[in-house]
Amino acid sequence: MANMSLKKNEMPSQDPMVRNRNFQEVALGYTEEQAIDEATRCLNCKHHPCVAGCPVEIDIPDFIMKTAEGKFEEAYQIICQDSSLPAVCGRVCPQESQCEAVCVRGIKGEPVGIGRLERFVADWHIANAQDEPVRCPENGRKVAIIGSGPAGLTCAGSLARMGYAVTVFEALHTAGGVLVYGIPEFRLPKDIVQKEIDALIELGVEVRTNMVIGRSITVDELLNEHGYEAVFIGSGAGLPMFMKIPGENLKGVYSANEYLTRVNLMKAYLPESATPIKKSKKVAVVGGGNVAMDAARCAKRLGAEEVYIIYRRSEEELPAREEEVHHAMEEGIIFKLLNNPVRILGDDKLNVTGIECLEMALGEPDESGRRRPVPVEGSEWTLDLDTVIMAIGTSPNPLIKATTEGLDTEKWGGIIAEDPSGQTSRAHVYAGGDAVTGAATVILAMGAGKCAARAIDEELSGMKSCAEKNNINI
Amino acid sequence: MYKILEKECLNPTVTRMVIDAPAIAAKAEPGQFVILRVDENGERIPLTVADFDRKKGTVTIIFQIVGATTELLNAKNEGDSLQDFVGPLGIPSVTEGLKKVAVVGGGVGCAIAFPVAKKLHEQGTVVHSVIGFKSEDLVILEDEFRAVSDHVAMMTDDGSYGEKGLVTDALRALLDAGEQYDEVIAIGPLIMMKFVSLLTKEYDIKTVVSMNSIMIDGTGMCGCCRLTVGGETKFACVDGPEFDGHLVDYDEAIQRSLMYREFEEEAHEHVCNLFKMEVK
Repeated sequence: MANMSLKKNEMPSQDPMVRNRNFQEVALGYTEEQAIDEATRCLNCKHHPCVAGCPVEIDIPDFIMKTAEGKFEEAYQIICQDSSLPAVCGRVCPQESQCEAVCVRGIKGEPVGIGRLERFVADWHIANAQDEPVRCPENGRKVAIIGSGPAGLTCAGSLARMGYAVTVFEALHTAGGVLVYGIPEFRLPKDIVQKEIDALIELGVEVRTNMVIGRSITVDELLNEHGYEAVFIGSGAGLPMFMKIPGENLKGVYSANEYLTRVNLMKAYLPESATPIKKSKKVAVVGGGNVAMDAARCAKRLGAEEVYIIYRRSEEELPAREEEVHHAMEEGIIFKLLNNPVRILGDDKLNVTGIECLEMALGEPDESGRRRPVPVEGSEWTLDLDTVIMAIGTSPNPLIKATTEGLDTEKWGGIIAEDPSGQTSRAHVYAGGDAVTGAATVILAMGAGKCAARAIDEELSGMKSCAEKNNINI
Repeated sequence: MYKILEKECLNPTVTRMVIDAPAIAAKAEPGQFVILRVDENGERIPLTVADFDRKKGTVTIIFQIVGATTELLNAKNEGDSLQDFVGPLGIPSVTEGLKKVAVVGGGVGCAIAFPVAKKLHEQGTVVHSVIGFKSEDLVILEDEFRAVSDHVAMMTDDGSYGEKGLVTDALRALLDAGEQYDEVIAIGPLIMMKFVSLLTKEYDIKTVVSMNSIMIDGTGMCGCCRLTVGGETKFACVDGPEFDGHLVDYDEAIQRSLMYREFEEEAHEHVCNLFKMEVK
């Protein structure tokens, strides 16, 4: 008999006023008892809409049934058939708008805590199981993956499991892409990312750090001189965007990319790190996405007394996950919604001293379907600050486009790739993730990496039948 | 890990190192830079490629000991290795079609200017080098510059070597003597590049400067190295590091370069104290 409780088992978490001063993980994870109890809330309904709600189509009811039986390793293996990064996805996927959004239990009450269960199962595996890497028979064919973020790692894992010799090229000194430089430790511990990467290396994937494709080696050289038969570009988000308002080059104005890279990749919050970061007292983060929430929560943890989120629309339109907004509010982040900065103020040494904003009202819906923010005349006001973090998006890295002839891109820089294969305008070159879509989510990038792996296999094997989705585990 | 094959002190504060980095040596061009980390907890710093040898697979860096990281780097010896060394990054110097060029180098900036002068010389361009230092004991690469230049003006601030004066004095003298250049390439402290640019503006000579902004990734991701060029925001790592000297907002760049001065001073002192303890 299913557990008919209308509410999810709550996620044990660090107290907000304790955690906003440390970088340890916020959510602590279910116990075995909590996981089994939550798993029994799943009705194992016939239509299992959750599976279609998952970008990588994990067999969700199956893994939950095994969890309910206490067969956690079996549950993990079911997830692994479709996802190469379960411990990551269980933490950072927007389940509320994917699998959980369509859960039957959500019609009356809260949906099953699918994300929390995925995380539990993955963590249980890491803590209790010995991985015996199943190496596929090698087929002797080489594929190059550019970028070691979620798209690249997924594509690499999928291809390696099919027997390809895969090399992942990473520009930074550590593999993981946005999982390492962008998403903070308190949301996604870095040793979890490292374990996922180690698992890929066990599988035979070669990871080469400090390799900037387009500079160290070009895409054409990978194909023509280094013996790779296909290339997947998963180079991720690129240069940060700014608002083009006065004062954005003042000292104390960071892009979220820079701020988060200093904190996460370079570990500026640890005393032994040589990387500096400003000791801020009053910080405003401009933007309303997950990246903005991450930057604000990092600033708070670094000791800032007041941290603001400035966003031009209302709470309803905040693009960040509800959970992240909720966590940020709990931690004392102050939300200045329906406000838009018009200029950043500075002193004669070009240090930030404040920000001038204009209040906004919501007008008619715009092309995105969200109500367009309209300035309220004469509503200017000023906030005293010493730091501003711009978290309003990125444009794709120009290096690969500039050095790969015949690679077509959109006007805004995104690589043009067929959906879902990821095939670009260049033969044997595929692309996926933020480099194609612009800033999106980890799971969508993973989905793109998985689809491209399938397409690469179809091209290289020349036998479409063997790549029928259901016949291979990727 | 990237092995240090040679180390040489060029003057009390400037060191030259030859690093084993075949992949970078195969691609490097004058004007490009590398990003390195000395050790596991090290910061990422950009250094311009001072020379490269494609056959031997080596890249030469020349750096001034200005802070904690360069102090730690300088503490490494031949046979030691650097944690990370990535590149070549940035857009190479454009030298095609130049018939006669004045290369202006200031201090350790001469190390960056030298490969450009060398390339110009090798392609048959007439090279006039104007190189300046604070004093005689800080002079570097004099022989190297003489070997690739048709004329060298050596300047020191205190007159202890060469002519007394600034590089702008020497450049103005050359221009007033009727020398005509297709381009002036100025590489050195920001303040020097600012005044060279102001001078060449008077004479309406195209001027290229190399911006050594603070960087983290150096690959076009973080936006830390941004500067204003002709009223537009540019990124030194992917749009540069070389820019039209007449369009750069130097005052802003100077302030931005001081962003972490306090932190850097503290870190430098800390490292120096550690070294002193080791000596005891």
